[in-house]
This record gives sequence, structure tokens and C-alpha cells, in this order.
Amino acid sequence: MSEQKVHEWIGKKVANDDVVVFMKGTRQFPQCGFSSQVVQIMEYLGLEYSEVNVLDDLGIRDGIKTYTNWPTIPQLYVKGEFVGGCDIIREMFQDGELQELLTSKDITHNKQTQTA
Amino acid sequence: MPMDENEIVLLIKKKLPDAEISIRDLAGDGDHYSANVISEAFRGKTRVQQHQLVYEALEGNMGGALHALALQTSVPES
Repeated sequence: MSEQKVHEWIGKKVANDDVVVFMKGTRQFPQCGFSSQVVQIMEYLGLEYSEVNVLDDLGIRDGIKTYTNWPTIPQLYVKGEFVGGCDIIREMFQDGELQELLTSKDITHNKQTQTA
Repeated sequence: MPMDENEIVLLIKKKLPDAEISIRDLAGDGDHYSANVISEAFRGKTRVQQHQLVYEALEGNMGGALHALALQTSVPES
């Protein structure tokens, strides 16, 4: 697939599925510690998400980096919007920002945002 | 090819001269680092944009020569 085709495919994927994780490996068998951390956060939040294993397709593995101008994997998309890589997701999760973002986008998760 | 700690600092400083950078070699193998970068350039930017600035500074080494750089960015406290 050409890069343009890959970008089109990614665009459709993140438009169709509310929460998408591009990762190395699968949720059952993550192939990288950073991908594994993101899966753990997704599972903890009880999110419905789809994962794309970039190790299955070299075109996607490279294309996802140019799609967002982001050089690393994993990458999380919520309702078509790039949220971040592992560090950002972890930081947002710890600060409760990720939960707030999900709530604001009407995505069901099992941890209510804590209010002081 | 692993990257030297000083090389990382130099590249970031080239792009963000005011940056305060602290780097830790997490595994002692010159390949897994964590970096804390504080710069005025981050003000008003989202976390994604802040990290993108640092990745730009690393001139394509991120995800290549540099496998793992756990990144934390913030603006200086006034």
C-alpha cells in the first residue's frame, strides 16, 4: 500500500472506532513494554477499544508515524483525535485527565472522574 | 546504535536553548532514557505539541537510534 492509502485506511479506522490503540502486539500479547502499559490502562478503565497490531503490517507501522507526525508506538486515538503516546496517556490517566476526556467525548468507562 | 546522553541534551538545546534538561539512563545501556524537559517554548501548547517539539529537536533519532525516551515536559514556574 502507498503511504497515501495507508493514511486513508488509518483515517477510516479512527473515524469508525471510538477508541483505537496502535500498538506492538495484541492486547493478549503485547510485544513491547510501552504498548503493554497502554493496554493495562485501557483494561483498567474498562474501555471498549480496538487495537491495531503494527507488527502485522510494515506500511501501517511506518504510516502511523507520518499520519500524526509522532515517531513512536503506541498511539491512542479517541473519536478520531490523536491523544498521545505512552507517557502522555499515563500522565493523563494519573491526573484523571484521560477519564475527563473520555467523559467529555461520551465514551463509557468504569472510573468516574473524581471530584474534590 | 545507542545514543549518548550528552548528544541528546545538545540536540534538545539546539532547538530549545532555554531548556532545563535532566536525563536518566534507565537501564544503563545507553538506549533507554527518561528525560524531563522544562522550557518556555512549551507554554500554551498541548502535551502532544510539547512532545512533538522535543521529537523534532531529536532530528529523527527518536524511534530510530533512540528506542526509548520516556518524556516529561513542563513550563518553568513563574
